[in-house]
Amino acid sequence: MKQFWKSMLRSPSGVIGLIILMLAIWVAAFGPLLFPNSPWRMVQRPFLPPFTLSTVPLGTDALGRDVFAGMIFGARVSLLVGLVSTLVALVVGVPIGAMAGYFGGKVDDALMRFTEFFQTIPSFALAIVLVAILQPSIYSIVASIAVVSWPPVARLVRGEVLSLRTREYVQAAVVTGQSNSWIILREILPNALSPVIVLASLMVATAILLESSLSFLGLGDPNLISWGYMVGAGRTVIRQAWWITVFPGVAILISVLGLNLIGEGLNDALNPRLSRKGR
Amino acid sequence: MSKRVLLGLLLACGLTASALTPALAQEPKAGGVINAVIQPEPPGLMLAMIQNGPTQMVSGNIFEGLLRYNPKLEPLPELAESWSVSEDAKTYTFKLRKGVTWHDGKPFTSADVLFSIEMLKQTHARARTNLAQVDKVEAPDDTTVVFTLKQPFGPFLGIFEVGSMPMVPKHLYEGTDWKTNPYNNAPVGTGPFMFKEWQKGSFIRLVKNPNYYEKGKPYIDEIYWQIIPDAAARSVAYETGKVDVLPGGSVENFDVPRLSKLKDTCVTGAGWEFFSPLAWLWLNNRQGPLADKRVRQAVMYAIDRDFAKDVIWNGLGKVATGPSSSAIKYYTDDVPKYPYDPAKAKALLKEAGYKGEKIRILPLAYGETWQRWGEAVKQNLMDVGMNIETISTDVAGGNQKIGDWDYDIAFTYLYQYGDPALGVGRNYISSNIAKGQVFNNVEGYSNPEIDKLFADGAVATPDSKRKEIYEKAQKILVEDVPVAWMLELQFPTIMSCKVKNLITTGIGVNDGFKDAWLDK
Repeated sequence: MKQFWKSMLRSPSGVIGLIILMLAIWVAAFGPLLFPNSPWRMVQRPFLPPFTLSTVPLGTDALGRDVFAGMIFGARVSLLVGLVSTLVALVVGVPIGAMAGYFGGKVDDALMRFTEFFQTIPSFALAIVLVAILQPSIYSIVASIAVVSWPPVARLVRGEVLSLRTREYVQAAVVTGQSNSWIILREILPNALSPVIVLASLMVATAILLESSLSFLGLGDPNLISWGYMVGAGRTVIRQAWWITVFPGVAILISVLGLNLIGEGLNDALNPRLSRKGR
Repeated sequence: MSKRVLLGLLLACGLTASALTPALAQEPKAGGVINAVIQPEPPGLMLAMIQNGPTQMVSGNIFEGLLRYNPKLEPLPELAESWSVSEDAKTYTFKLRKGVTWHDGKPFTSADVLFSIEMLKQTHARARTNLAQVDKVEAPDDTTVVFTLKQPFGPFLGIFEVGSMPMVPKHLYEGTDWKTNPYNNAPVGTGPFMFKEWQKGSFIRLVKNPNYYEKGKPYIDEIYWQIIPDAAARSVAYETGKVDVLPGGSVENFDVPRLSKLKDTCVTGAGWEFFSPLAWLWLNNRQGPLADKRVRQAVMYAIDRDFAKDVIWNGLGKVATGPSSSAIKYYTDDVPKYPYDPAKAKALLKEAGYKGEKIRILPLAYGETWQRWGEAVKQNLMDVGMNIETISTDVAGGNQKIGDWDYDIAFTYLYQYGDPALGVGRNYISSNIAKGQVFNNVEGYSNPEIDKLFADGAVATPDSKRKEIYEKAQKILVEDVPVAWMLELQFPTIMSCKVKNLITTGIGVNDGFKDAWLDK
């Protein structure tokens, strides 16, 4: 573990990514405490440009709502959706991939055809359809993002498991009569985890983008403010008021960039060949 | 840009346009081509069978009705040059204009009127309702039509507008299958403009009727109705001069101020008096907290309607005082008032014992403006302590929920057609509570006194009696708040100032090109 942090902190991109993520989490967790008012409240005259009033530093939107407050509350939604839907995707994808890779044969065939079924549908289109059918809400959004993002996890885990199960230590475990679930959980998965962690960090970023795109199209949870919603609502007035779209847009950019940097840092830290080279 | 400057500009533009309209300050000039936006592309142009907004807007210039209406909704002659009403108010005699021909040269006679009425009863739902009081229609000679009513029907003279009762050529439709008649695709009317061509997805072209019965009219040679599916592209088309007229609702509200500021641009909210669209919130009177009158009144006090008008609708429109729009007959503002007063709303909620039960709100899925409005109203209601959850849905889904009474609060707007008997009563009388339909009494308000007032009002004579009845009905309704009236909507028409006299009647652009001319 110590070794991991050491190599993680040695890669500059990982450090920058971590700082950004920490900042975003801090804002999401504590920001709303600084703004007790709902971000939907009309606080000033509409279309107030940024940096004119200290109470609304980033200006107001078409209804006179505080853009800064919207960004703070939006961070909460974006991060929550990103993390939870990734978690759900892992919970679905890892067991499927592990079972397919470990048991092989017909089980593998069945599970992989099932996975491919999801992979053949363009993921964003599928997400739109799911949200539209289930009615937009935070739950349906998380569910649909999870549904479209688990297949790559399953494929990745399957590949890892396939290569690991021929190793001597796994065969030794089989010979000593360990149960299948014990072998998968204790012998194989821990060794297959590194690429999954890297993938997961990138999936959080993708999920944030997906949520933003859905909200941009008006399929966000109508009761929660999110960055994508702000961009979508401000898009139509972009010629009159650039700040309504630009600030939340930048927030999306930075947080997605941060997560990608973390992914890169994790890759450096967890990839044994790369980290050894650095030593 | 400050809001005040913006409003001032809007007002100034509106004033110039309306000041020019009634007074013929300049001599009209003949000639020229006008490009106007039509949004969305109409499903067809046969007005007797299709009455979508865009169809009415294009075809209102091809077809004509017996009457047209000025902005005060008083009848003006069109195909009928005069009319008289019998003493008992049951017989209406129309004298038709002589020398009127269809676009194909055949004369227009009373036989066409009789045929049109028979056809419309089968193809036009609103005409059928409007004609329900008619006992028989007769044509003693070629230029006379006599309507005999079952009983006096006050708003009768208000049902002859082109969109409500367009005249159809008997010689082209009689004995044919109306639905497949080839003239549906190339409509033939008596109007100032003739249908020329329709490039689907691109434009509809109308040309001047050279044999029009009003000598010298129309002044314009051709109208191109441009079909541009994207709202932003429509704005750009106006800015670049590709189109001269943006009829109400063809660009998003927030673009209106920007476009209004352009050089030589005139804006007017006039031309919607006949329709007088009124926006309100359906409140489900049947169940939950809103079954309590005090909670419904609290909703009225809680919502900042001036904000909605000034910010969301860019200052256009008017705060509604009750079930009637101020543009229609027998309107009174002598009713209980509901100014923006959150404190009073909170007090009423407390009195009613509201304990934070969840209330669902359905915004109208008609675009950005309506979405923003939904958000603002939600916030207003949450500010007084109501627990509001927004349900988002598409237009069809929303209609279904409202029709199934599966909502607590829902946005809507309806046309009122000039008379409470034609456009107001339908939303409040208990006989109009029918599950599955959207534009009737979906709030479930039931009050025998109101039922009786609207029943009496439709057939009462003389006018002063009707006035008395409808004023009483308005007072009772506003006290009971069956729905929460929001705004009398105005859809501004934006046009190049060189287009003159386009909007002179209560139905605006729909029959406006008859009098319009271009100042070159």
